[in-house]
Amino acid sequence: MRLAFSIALRFLKSSKGQTALIVLGIAIGVSVQIFIGSLITGLQKSLVDKTVGSASQITVESVTEGDYIQDSADKMVAIQKSNPDEIINLMAVAQGPAILKTPDDSTTIILRGFDWEDAEGIYKIKERLTTGNLGNNRNDIIVGQDLAEKLNVAVGDTIEMITPTGMKDNFLVTGIFDLQIKSLNESWILTNLNTAQTFLETNEGVSRIEMQVNDVFGADLVALDVERALNDETLTVTNWKIENAALLSGLSGQTASSLMIQVFVMISVVLGIASVLAISVVQKSRQIGILKAMGMHNQRASLVFLFQGVLLGILGAIAGVGLGVGLSWSFATFVVNADGTSVVPLYIDWYFIGISAGIAILASTLASLIPAIRVSKLDPMEVIKNG
Amino acid sequence: MADFVVQTKNVNKVYGKTVKTTALHDLSIGFEAGSFNAIIGESGSGKSTLLNIIGTLDRPTQGEVIINGVSTKNMTKGALGDLRNETLGFVFQFHYLLPEFTALENVLMPYRIAQGKADKKSIERAKEILDLVGLKKVENNLSVNMSGGQQQRTAIARALMNHPKIILADEPTGNLDSQTTDGVYQLFRKINEELGTTFIIITHDRRVAEKADRIVEITDGSVTLDVIK
Ligand SMILES: Nc1ncnc2c1ncn2[C@@H]1O[C@H](COP(=O)(O)OP(=O)(O)OP(=O)(O)O)[C@@H](O)[C@H]1O
Ligand SMILES: [Mg+2]
Repeated sequence: MRLAFSIALRFLKSSKGQTALIVLGIAIGVSVQIFIGSLITGLQKSLVDKTVGSASQITVESVTEGDYIQDSADKMVAIQKSNPDEIINLMAVAQGPAILKTPDDSTTIILRGFDWEDAEGIYKIKERLTTGNLGNNRNDIIVGQDLAEKLNVAVGDTIEMITPTGMKDNFLVTGIFDLQIKSLNESWILTNLNTAQTFLETNEGVSRIEMQVNDVFGADLVALDVERALNDETLTVTNWKIENAALLSGLSGQTASSLMIQVFVMISVVLGIASVLAISVVQKSRQIGILKAMGMHNQRASLVFLFQGVLLGILGAIAGVGLGVGLSWSFATFVVNADGTSVVPLYIDWYFIGISAGIAILASTLASLIPAIRVSKLDPMEVIKNG
Repeated sequence: MADFVVQTKNVNKVYGKTVKTTALHDLSIGFEAGSFNAIIGESGSGKSTLLNIIGTLDRPTQGEVIINGVSTKNMTKGALGDLRNETLGFVFQFHYLLPEFTALENVLMPYRIAQGKADKKSIERAKEILDLVGLKKVENNLSVNMSGGQQQRTAIARALMNHPKIILADEPTGNLDSQTTDGVYQLFRKINEELGTTFIIITHDRRVAEKADRIVEITDGSVTLDVIK
């Protein structure tokens, strides 16, 4: 073992050019894998983040539309308990349609009321507020940018709303928000929970309980926990994965194609190593022959080449990880949008990188199997006869 | 029966499957422990074939080789390897040193094949042998950075490393000038006398052969002359 290892090491050291070439080959393979892998993952993460990062990922509603959920505070405690590690940004929303009247126009909007502090987690309203502030008084509201433009209202104006059941009241605009989604900016009016509950006559009830999870892709499983914890037939639990099935199937298609690229990169790396090592068996056959003449067993002679494969794999993997991470970092740093943010944010997944490096080492060991078998069959007589 | 350290019994060697060349004909010969033997003969007479069969590098078509009283006929490749490692030392016309290693490391190689790691004692021994063959100064040179004579002497030192009972040498001085050749044979003699190592040397040089205790001439695969002094 020991001798085989030190001979392997010496063989690699003595033909530095060849060694460098194989290591470079493996390194490029590994770095391409890491680069493509983190590119695709980064892309997917940012896409998912844009889609559901500022939205409810699991939502609890009444089965009957328009019914309100009573005792929401107790239910929220139960929900949080069902999976305390995953569930974050839990909040209750009281919402309902209303008709907004201005002297020369009327439009249907959705009035959403929630505790500003609770809502900070999902909606980050404070950041989204372009002018004014969040009103905590009765009948204080904030209006979406596009709606404000359309109706020509500004901070300090009073507007009138009517509910489908005929409730009518006046509201003070304390701020304008921009959620960066036009349809929401046009149709949402936000207010504190109290205002919404009173105006919509929810009788202390809420329309929905919204939450996010730490691992977005595990939202469906967490939703099951929530459903079990609530154990209430009048309530229904939905999650973003059901609502965005098309997006998800797009993502898994992307993952599959990146996997294909990675497999082919690895195959070409394996072929490269196998052929270079095969050449080196021919180059070293004289040495192997004399070692066998001096009594080295066939398996030991094979080990020399297996060790070379392992060593090349390890060196290549280390160089490849460095190159791949560097490449991903440069891409994220230098390929930027007009505003200076990365086109694709850097996403370094060490678990994935570890697997990638492990596969490279395994592959180069496998590739050295062919030359190792050839070496075990080499007859010392051939070498001694032919000089 | 004499005390043979190595012996062939009715050895035949036939090369080729369609066109058959018989290199050795029913050859039986034994070599005594501690003897110094020369094998001579014309080119193509079968000297190397005989030596390689004695050295278990090649197998006879028929017959058997007995080393240390044990037949090698049914030994596995691994067992033959161990036998060569422990009892035989080879010196060929070409040195076959490992160019990636220094002279000292090359000499240590047979020991490391057996033991894995070279200990202090074995390194001391390797250095002593290198001193014996006059290479103390270049022991840390890579084998490629030595002269032809130095390389061949390193190969001889390597053959001695594991205290072999027998040294098999196939034209060991074929590539050396006459002065170096004399040096090598004096060295062989010295080792033979001091350590009692058996030598079987193939040579084209009559002058060298005459210094041996026994001269065996091979012609067309058979022993045609066997003189013991
Ligand atoms: N691998 C082989 N295949 C076929 N014939 C062979 C082979 N090796 C040797 N021979 C033949 O066997 C015979 C003996 O060869 P050998 O090498 O033993 O001769 P030698 O006495 O050592 O000659 P030299 O003095 O030239 O080294 C020759 O006729 C040779 O052609
Ligand atoms: Mg010969």
